[in-house]
Amino acid sequence: MARTGPKKAGLRVLVWLGVVLAALTAVLAAGTIAGQASWSPKLALDLEGGTQMILAPKVEGGSDINEQQLNQAVAIIRQRVDGSGVAEAEISTQSGRNVVVSLPGTPSTQTRALIQASADMNFRPVLLNGAGAAVPAESLTPVDQLPKPTAEPANSSDVNWITPEVYGAFETLDCDNPSQDKQKRSDPTKPLVTCEPATAKTPALKYILGPVEVKGTNIVTSSFQLQRGSQGAVTNQWAVNIQFDGEGTAKFKEVTQRLNQFYVAAGGESGNDPKAQFAIVLDDQVISAPRSLAVITDGRPQITGNFTEQSAKALSDQLRFGALPISFDIQSEQQISATLGGEQLRMGLLAGLIGLMLVVVYSLFQYRALGFVTIASLVVAGALTYLAIAILGWTENYRLSLAGVAGLIVAIGQTADSFIVYFERIRDELREGRGLVSAVENGWKRAKRTVLASKAVNLLAALVLYFVAVGNVRGFAFTLGLTAIADLIVVFMFTHPTLQLLARTKFFGEGHIFSGLDPKRLGVVPLYRGAGRLRTPEAKPDVVRAKNTGAAAEAVRRMTIAERRLAEKQEQLTGSSNGAAKENK
Amino acid sequence: MSSSFANFGNELYSGKRSYNFVGAKKVWFLIAAVAVALSILIPVAKGGFNLGIEFRGGSEFTVSNVKTTDAGAGEQAVQDVVPGAIPRVANVAGTTMRIQTDKLTDDETLKIKAGLTSAYGVTDNEVTSTFVGPTWGADVTKQALIGLVVFVLLAAVLMALYFRTWKMSLSAVSGMLVTMFITAGVYALSDFEVTPSAVIGFLTVLSYSLYDTVVVFDKIRENTAEVSASTRRTFAEEVNLAVNQTLVRSINTMMVAILPVGAILFIGAGLLGAGTLRDLSLALFVGILIGTAATIFVAAPMYAWLRQNEPGLVKQAKRVEQRRAGNTDRADASAASAGA
Repeated sequence: MARTGPKKAGLRVLVWLGVVLAALTAVLAAGTIAGQASWSPKLALDLEGGTQMILAPKVEGGSDINEQQLNQAVAIIRQRVDGSGVAEAEISTQSGRNVVVSLPGTPSTQTRALIQASADMNFRPVLLNGAGAAVPAESLTPVDQLPKPTAEPANSSDVNWITPEVYGAFETLDCDNPSQDKQKRSDPTKPLVTCEPATAKTPALKYILGPVEVKGTNIVTSSFQLQRGSQGAVTNQWAVNIQFDGEGTAKFKEVTQRLNQFYVAAGGESGNDPKAQFAIVLDDQVISAPRSLAVITDGRPQITGNFTEQSAKALSDQLRFGALPISFDIQSEQQISATLGGEQLRMGLLAGLIGLMLVVVYSLFQYRALGFVTIASLVVAGALTYLAIAILGWTENYRLSLAGVAGLIVAIGQTADSFIVYFERIRDELREGRGLVSAVENGWKRAKRTVLASKAVNLLAALVLYFVAVGNVRGFAFTLGLTAIADLIVVFMFTHPTLQLLARTKFFGEGHIFSGLDPKRLGVVPLYRGAGRLRTPEAKPDVVRAKNTGAAAEAVRRMTIAERRLAEKQEQLTGSSNGAAKENK
Repeated sequence: MSSSFANFGNELYSGKRSYNFVGAKKVWFLIAAVAVALSILIPVAKGGFNLGIEFRGGSEFTVSNVKTTDAGAGEQAVQDVVPGAIPRVANVAGTTMRIQTDKLTDDETLKIKAGLTSAYGVTDNEVTSTFVGPTWGADVTKQALIGLVVFVLLAAVLMALYFRTWKMSLSAVSGMLVTMFITAGVYALSDFEVTPSAVIGFLTVLSYSLYDTVVVFDKIRENTAEVSASTRRTFAEEVNLAVNQTLVRSINTMMVAILPVGAILFIGAGLLGAGTLRDLSLALFVGILIGTAATIFVAAPMYAWLRQNEPGLVKQAKRVEQRRAGNTDRADASAASAGA
């Protein structure tokens, strides 16, 4: 049983690898049949071409865009594009006025909306709110009972803003099934009827909002943190902090003074007057509508509520990045061809193939039959990577650029390294005089640590760069992580089990001269050489205690000249730093 | 040859053949220091890196109603005026060509405009030129740098935890920095344009460099785990032995990694001339060579050097010397040993 243990285990793992490969193929096949995926990987802009959009920015107030705003616009569009997958888009400016976005393939309407959307953020007071669903046609308020303004609105919180039209729009608005059409940007001086989209925790809500009170451009920065209690101790409630500039501070003070009166009049904490709320509106949608619990005079409001760390971060990011008072007009949208000819890809692949052939020759030369295990492992790694790329092209819009192709070819080296480390450890174990079966098991135990530790470095690089970097670097990080994972799967699920099985074959187990594991070629001196002769260890690990110092020094002094020369020669051979020895002399 | 290489591995493993990587550290450090200094001086002397259009922006020509959509014609028109330029030519919406090049002078712009007019058989007013900004903007560079710093810090912590000593982290990161500087220096020397591909290649090299060091350091960790209880070799010798024992793997890995890259660099780029493949493969080719060498000649000796003055290891080295002295004078030493 003990002898068949690793063999059975090895077979089982190989079967699992087959299952993984089959499952990936099945997923891809299903996607292809459904017409969404394709058997070949998607190619990036440089190889396949795509769509080039020239966007003309529209600045509020009609003033010209300045360079800083333009760069900010590029950064924000890049974030949005990156957020929609790992396709490497090219975003640049043209004539110092327009933004040019080139996307691989044909962008979906969603992507287009994402790019065009301005991040128009502002703060409006809430006049009225309600559940997200549209009021059924039969229970709509009759026309004669609709609220009628009695006077000109005195301020933004005045219910006189609610005209019959506004109220009608409010009742028919359906926030549970919001329409995808982006309406025109609202007039900041008029009331707005809009939704707060449903989240995982809260249902959709709809609002009638007063005119804009504070603009998003008045936000200097925003952060999120754990709320501090009255004693200054950290509670486990998340809070979002905003910091306004001078103008924002003054306006926000005025707003909170008014809103806080509603809050107090309605009975404080237990009250529910919607007019005590102010809505944070991004692109005409409410992202949060907190109540004004206090008058904020220093321009540093803190928003608290049922935040999780994630939702607090999301709101804080929206407040920080959202304040871009620019929207874009798509000036032209055109097909663009690949910037690198198909020739580049062909030559790259050809050169890669030649390189691979050289790797094959080198592996066979170095490891003989064992080289075939390397090649088979590389083939499995290649198949896994190919399937993963094709599937990710479908689900994540992952696209291969020429740089990505080259990256994959380079990954061959690092993938093969796992096998090389492993094979060398097995050889080391054989050199220690072990049999092949135990050499494989022992070598694996030691190689496994090394492989895991070194791949951890690659994975770390991939993860950090994926989450921190943008644009091309993010695409690169994705490829790096992908190959590192494929590599780990292959070495654990293919190379090791295969060797476990091969170690039991006669060819490898008896160390055939072409197996690459021939003990004689590895200079193995068996521990037991027959006729009762045992190999003597090279050096006895004598433990010399401090007391011996005098005696040892005496021994050195008593050496003959020839002996001393021999000793010096040996030291040079072992490459010691012989400072200590000289001291003794 | 193969058999002698196997024999080479055997001798390295047993310590019969040994290269003194650790002992000759002063030589290696000096070479590395000079190479790093040169790598810093070269770009400075040349007035910085030759940044491509992706980083600096450039000129863009739009040719409408072209008779031919051959990209080569546009490339030729630009290269006639600016020899050695690598224009990016693309076909837009059927009959329009877009040609992007590095920043041009007014004179060059006019000449290229004329060249493009005749190359594509269009009239003067069908060729327009404008300025394009960088696609690899400051925001990409900034985020990439932040990512890099975070990665190196986290990797240093990870290695310090795994190897249980910060000295290995420090040595590994030093080796990586040497690789980074020299690779950048060689790239500057080549006078190739720095493109996003080259930067990607550069990032791959950094990750490869640390990866390679971890593999060798893991063997060092294994060999030196019980060094203080043994008098067989001093700490420095154990480190040197580990480097020698992993030398065959270092050579094999480097060869396997560099063969495809070399094929792309010398065959692919040789056939195609400049472009993505050449930039990327040059950075990788140099980086893999230097990264492998830096592990052996810089990181490992530096680790031995950082630890050699630890009191425990100094004592251990003394004990090794005494044991060796004892072994030479066999009879007396064993007698002394027994007597004590």
